[in-house]
Formats: sequence, structure tokens, C-alpha cells
Amino acid sequence: MLARYPWSVSATPEELKQRIESGIPGARAEVTGDGHHFNAVVSASAFEGLTRIAQHRLVYDVFGAEVGDRIHALSIQTKPE
Amino acid sequence: MTDQSSNPLRDEIQKAIDENPVLLFMKGNPEQPACGFSARTVAILQSLGRPFAAVDILPDPRIRQELSALSNWPTIPQLFIDGELVGGCDIVTEMYESGELQEALGVNGGTAEEPASEAAAPEAPPLSIENRL
Repeated sequence: MLARYPWSVSATPEELKQRIESGIPGARAEVTGDGHHFNAVVSASAFEGLTRIAQHRLVYDVFGAEVGDRIHALSIQTKPE
Repeated sequence: MTDQSSNPLRDEIQKAIDENPVLLFMKGNPEQPACGFSARTVAILQSLGRPFAAVDILPDPRIRQELSALSNWPTIPQLFIDGELVGGCDIVTEMYESGELQEALGVNGGTAEEPASEAAAPEAPPLSIENRL
């Protein structure tokens, strides 16, 4: 089941940035994109000591089932702080 | 809730992961990738000259569903080395640029033409999980 989201049908880079920064403790995100394909560069203290896989999962987890659906593609680069 | 006790497709996916030391789940096949991210990942693997198996997830949407449930990773492609999820296109690209991918694959940086290349098998034919159900 899809949850109901308070956001508009089309995602924006600003929405993704805000959700990453509020969803991951200490995160700072730079997001670019066209409404379907996005690129996020995220730095966060929460990444410290995690594998790349685990770091990227933290970002994907912010969006859950929206990745691949409403957010068609999300490219991620993570940096521990 | 689905019945956890019987999931032949997930079992097939797990079996493919276990049986293939380098396995790429992708959209399309290595000869004809159907997505830019899959294409880039294939190009990186091919440039390293290490044979790899590939599964096209497009023929049946359930393959992707079950794979993502199994790997806890939402996007395609997904590269597995020795049974472990390494990552998608972004992580594979980063690891290639840093040399970590070459290390994980046991190949020298970017040189496909090793003296012992005769031992290198031609690229494995794509697996077709959907045909094994």
C-alpha cells in the first residue's frame, strides 16, 4: 500500500534535501534533479564507521518505497563528516 | 503477509547469488543494457576483464520485488561479489575510481590484458531465472 504523502506528485530537489536533512541526524545534503532523476551528495556524522552500503541505505530509507516509484532514480554520494 | 515457507523465486535468486562469485542484477543484458545505470556498471565490469554472470530483472516484475526484499536495496543494478551485495551503480563507480573494486574482484587496475588471459573465460552467458521457475 502506498502511504499518502503531504508532498506534491512531482518530487523536487528541495523536498529531497529537506527530508534527508531531517531524516538523518547531522546530515547536510546537496540535491539536484529534474523531478524524476535526482543526485544527492550527503555528508553526515551518522555515516561514521558505516560501510558505503549502510550509508546509502540510510539515505534510501528516508524515502522507502518512493524510490523507484515517485522518485524514479536517486543517485547517491555519501561522505562521513 | 505472504507465506514465508514457500517462495521459489526468492530461493532461485538466492541460489544464483550463492553460485556466481560475480553476479549483476540489471535491466537488460550486458550486450543490450536497458538503462543507463546498468550500462555504466556493465562497462566498468567489462573494462576489468573479469567474467561475470548477469540476470535481467525486466522479464518479470516479481524478480525485482523479491531481489530488493532479499537484499534490502531498492534500486537496480545490484552487484554481488562472493554472495555479498557490493552496491549499485554509484558505489561500483566510486569503488572503481578508488581501486577498491579491482581489489574486491582480484584484478589489476583497469588492465584487462593480463598475460594469463588465456585462462580468462569469455563472459558467462546471462542467467535467466525466469526460465528456471
